[in-house]
Amino acid sequence: MGVQAIERIPTVVIGAGHAGLAASYFLSGQSIDHVVLERGEVANSWRRERWDSLRLLTPNWQSRLPGLHYEGPDPDGYMTVGEVTEFIEHFAKVSRAPVRTGVNVTSVRTADDGYHLTTSHGEIHSRTVVIASGACNQPAVPLLSEAVPTSVEQLTPFGYRDPAQLAEGGVLVVGASATGVQLAAELRRSGRPVTLSVGEHVRLPRTYRGRDVLWWMDASGVWNQRYDEVEDLTRARRLPSPQLVGTPERTTLDLNALASMGVELMGRWSAVRDGQALLSGGLRNVLSLADLKMVRLLDTFDEWAKTSGAEAEVGASERFAPTRVPSSTRLQLDLRSGEIRTIVWATGFRPDYRWLDVPVVDAKGHLRHEGGVVDSPGLYALGLPVLRRRKSSFIYGIEDDAREVIDRLTRYLGFSAVGR
Amino acid sequence: MTTVTNGVNVQALLDAREVLKGAPEAAQFTWRASAKWQSGVHSTIKVQSFFGLGEEQSHKEEWSFEADHPEVFAAEDNGITPIEYLIVGLASCLTGGIASVAENRGIQLRSVESVVEGGHDIRGILGADSDVRNGFNDIKVTFTIDADASREEIQALVAQSQKRSAVYDALTNPTNVIVEVA
Repeated sequence: MGVQAIERIPTVVIGAGHAGLAASYFLSGQSIDHVVLERGEVANSWRRERWDSLRLLTPNWQSRLPGLHYEGPDPDGYMTVGEVTEFIEHFAKVSRAPVRTGVNVTSVRTADDGYHLTTSHGEIHSRTVVIASGACNQPAVPLLSEAVPTSVEQLTPFGYRDPAQLAEGGVLVVGASATGVQLAAELRRSGRPVTLSVGEHVRLPRTYRGRDVLWWMDASGVWNQRYDEVEDLTRARRLPSPQLVGTPERTTLDLNALASMGVELMGRWSAVRDGQALLSGGLRNVLSLADLKMVRLLDTFDEWAKTSGAEAEVGASERFAPTRVPSSTRLQLDLRSGEIRTIVWATGFRPDYRWLDVPVVDAKGHLRHEGGVVDSPGLYALGLPVLRRRKSSFIYGIEDDAREVIDRLTRYLGFSAVGR
Repeated sequence: MTTVTNGVNVQALLDAREVLKGAPEAAQFTWRASAKWQSGVHSTIKVQSFFGLGEEQSHKEEWSFEADHPEVFAAEDNGITPIEYLIVGLASCLTGGIASVAENRGIQLRSVESVVEGGHDIRGILGADSDVRNGFNDIKVTFTIDADASREEIQALVAQSQKRSAVYDALTNPTNVIVEVA
């Protein structure tokens, strides 16, 4: 038993990424005494858990945090990882966030009138806790990876930095989200034969009618759709990231672009049997679902342009060629033949709540919350997909979410103070 | 909004979805068929009982199916070929799916017809060439649909029915199959 006193702070924010810092900004605005606990440094996952060539999917003018706008020379460009880190660091500085770095939270449990936090630097009691520890704490790798022969190297986006670290020879990239298409393209450009296993995915052009597609998402109101207006919220929250890449050339990186580079497309990986990867024969349909969905989205944009009067400031309506279905796709891939030297799992990420000893995590490992108000009094969350709006997981989307969630937290503190 | 009547009780399915979300054990079904060899390559398969929602269930009556091979296989053609039962299953599964999705999306169907073609190189099953697989090389389904909907909406119906089809999944993805002697 330690003799160290328990520190008492009204609000603790866990995580000093853009979400935790935005929470801190609004907490300061409400004069609520708080600390932001960070296991590493500010913007830690941007520093340690991203590959070298990554840039933000959102254009610079959308790099916006409360009270801080992009003021650089290239509003239509996309920030590199280093620039994002600097941007978030700068925000921490100007907003004077009370960040304690190098403090690892190992447990949060309910205690009288609040929460008891155990950290690598002592014990804290707080009335309210904001979980802003991120949605992508660990790569989600399917169980079938365990059946892959040991002769094949396996990597996740956390371990991947650049193509040079991979053995020469064939690469199988699994998953066709933003991560999967970006890594497939980069590895193909390094001269390696690349195969991409494609399941359900979200196809988007980089620009549409002369504007960034994310300008359209924002301007048309699609991004502002609230969580309680989304038809199938569970599905919306686990949607793979769109097939986008941020490059100075603003190029589209869809499956047609990859196929033109010589990337071989295959169906979703469904099993390993006797050293053979067995791929689904359903590729054609996932291509068709993504094409149809993209056209419906572009229809929504066109409709909005017509009714909003934005028609004059955008280019002519466009339609893109359907995704070319390979004339035949392989249903089996021999993992022992040496054709595939490395597998890159671009199969998504999941949050890590192992430190959270409050029963608010569902069987699938996701937090049970209603628009960021977690299913336990005084507990809040920020920075998760479609937390309060479709744009929630983007830096651009955090301001509205943080303002509203901290507003709820403030009222909770006020009410519970009155009730005591 | 006009009332759509494709005859699918979508509400019951949506209700079931909600209930089974919280009761995964009740969602575990076992489908059964009992086959009996007649003579030659002719067999009779009966289907009635199944398990689901935590208990034994039964079709209203016992259904019986004959399986044989056509005369070009030097058989008596007492019923369709086993591999044809797979395309029967696929066509009916996708068709039912289209009706359900259409009902849910408020699309009135007038007719839904399809032709399923399964390409099959029989050198595999005859053992004439070990490089040829036993099963289908590919399957093509062509739908002709008349409905109160745009071409894109109809394409979306067909795509969504594949996405939610048991037989489409069973045919496009591998399944662990255990065959043993009792």
